[in-house]
This record gives sequence, structure tokens and C-alpha cells, in this order.
Amino acid sequence: MNVWLLLICMGLVTYAVRLSLIVLTEHVVMPPIIQRALCLVPPAVLTAIIFPELLMPGGTIYLSFENVRLLAGVLAAVVAWYTRNVLLTIGVGMVALWVLQAVIPH
Amino acid sequence: MGAGLTVGSAMAMSSIVFAGSAQFIGVELIRTGVPGIVIVFTTFIVNLRHMLYSASIAPHLERLNMRWKWLLAYLLTDEAYAVTIIRYNHEAAAGESATKHWYLLGAGLAMWCTWQVSTAVGIFLGAQVPSSWSLDFAVALTFIALAVPILRDRPGVAAALSAGVIAVLAANLPYKLGLIAAAIVGIAIGLAFEARQPSDANDSQQAGKQ
Repeated sequence: MNVWLLLICMGLVTYAVRLSLIVLTEHVVMPPIIQRALCLVPPAVLTAIIFPELLMPGGTIYLSFENVRLLAGVLAAVVAWYTRNVLLTIGVGMVALWVLQAVIPH
Repeated sequence: MGAGLTVGSAMAMSSIVFAGSAQFIGVELIRTGVPGIVIVFTTFIVNLRHMLYSASIAPHLERLNMRWKWLLAYLLTDEAYAVTIIRYNHEAAAGESATKHWYLLGAGLAMWCTWQVSTAVGIFLGAQVPSSWSLDFAVALTFIALAVPILRDRPGVAAALSAGVIAVLAANLPYKLGLIAAAIVGIAIGLAFEARQPSDANDSQQAGKQ
């Protein structure tokens, strides 16, 4: 397949998925259970992205005090809990990661 | 580069497809000569999670005209969705804002510009930023900063923890299917928690009626 045609097809598929329910739900009143389910999408999706990043940095589960991403991530979560400040959380997390990488042999 | 794409098509991919994971997997499949139809179907599977985002954001966009919807759907990446839905849920308590779609537009355009610049930097500089800087970790930290403050009630915490555990257990499933499986299981468990004990929201609604 021509690479440009392929890129356009990939783009159309991606766009169709993103547009799908924005348009389809237009004239439909969603039942309460669906509305409640949709409220749970953000916490579920966010942690489903975060956990593997922290617990399996090399692609396999790595539960150890030498897992610097896990330690820095937990510290960042504590900062996020008490401050609710996005930039501070990112800053503390990155500095913690660099310090831990320098201190802990790996 | 050197993955079967020219500089032009690699740049164009970031604006035509505009979906990180699908692009990385697509480039790998193009390089290994996988048939186009398989690549397109893989793109669909990898991006299925965006259907959840589409459903979740839909109620907030329902009063907009079609042009707005078409534009905002194009910009609905993981990152733009995450910051926007948290803002909207936060705002919902304070009352509806008539201009809130501008927030998604801003988040989406910021992501779009960053992504195009990053693609260009990646094409022309390659791997010159040392991996020891671990700059990719900033993405995970952003999600942590967004996720932690929204964990307020038991159903939300249950959904988050179970989705996280399933995501780790299912991380080796291909095409990011582990992420969709984790989200669906997490949502189901969160709903089960809500059914078991009425949430605070239900309590206050009932209190209001009395």
C-alpha cells in the first residue's frame, strides 16, 4: 500500500474513533448507570497508565527499593495529595528521580 | 528515521494521525513490511481507548455545533482528555460555563504544537537527548498529578486501584489492549462499590428532596 494512502487511512480510523461517541450520543439520553460509569473513566484510565510506568519500568514487574521510578512516583503522589499542584508534583518527581538515579546503583 | 518513512511522511504522520502509541507501532509495522490493512486495523485497536474518552467528554460538548465537535474530536489525545475532563468535573460543582470548550481547544492545540515540534526534533536530532535524563518520566508524573486529587470517594479509589493492578497484570497484551481491559474492569468494580453503598452524591440528593 502507498505510504501516503496508509497514513490517511490511519488518520481516518483514529479520527473516527475519537469523533464516534461525541456525535452518536447527541440525541440520546444516557441511562444513569452509563453516566456513572463515565465518571469513573478518568481515575481508571489514569492509574492504568501510571501503574505499569512505575511498577514495570523495564517491561517486567520490579518491586524493589532500587526501582527509582517507583520511589520517585510515590513521592510525587504524596506531593500531589497534599498540594494539588501539577507543576510542583512534576518538579519534585523529576528531581527525586535524578537524585535517586545518582545515589542508587543500577 | 530509517524506518521506511521519508522526512516528509514522518512529519505528516504526526499531523494526519496525531496519536503517539499508534504512530510508534505504525512505524514499526511499516518498517517490517506488514500489509497496510493490518496496520490500519492495528491503529483502530490501539486507539479504541479514545472511544471511552469520546463517550466521557460527549456530555460536555453536546451544545456545540458540528464544526466545534469535528475540530475538538481531532484534538482528543490522552493528554488533552486527561487535563480537560478533570477541569470539567471540577467545574461541574461550581456550575456550567458557556465557554468551557475553549479549554479543550487550548489543551488540544498545546499538545498538537508540542507533538509537531517533538516530531521535528526527533527527525533531525535523533537520539541526541541522553536517555539518562529520563524526560519521558515527566509524562507519568503529569498523570500522577492529575489522578491523585480526583481520588475522593470509595468507588473512584476502587476503580483506580483495580484498573492499575489489571494494567500491570495485562501489560504484555499486544496493541495496548491491557489498558482497555484495565479501564473496563476498573469501571465495573467502581460501579459495584457504588451499588453496595450509596455515594455521598446520592445521599445529598436524597437529603435535598426531603
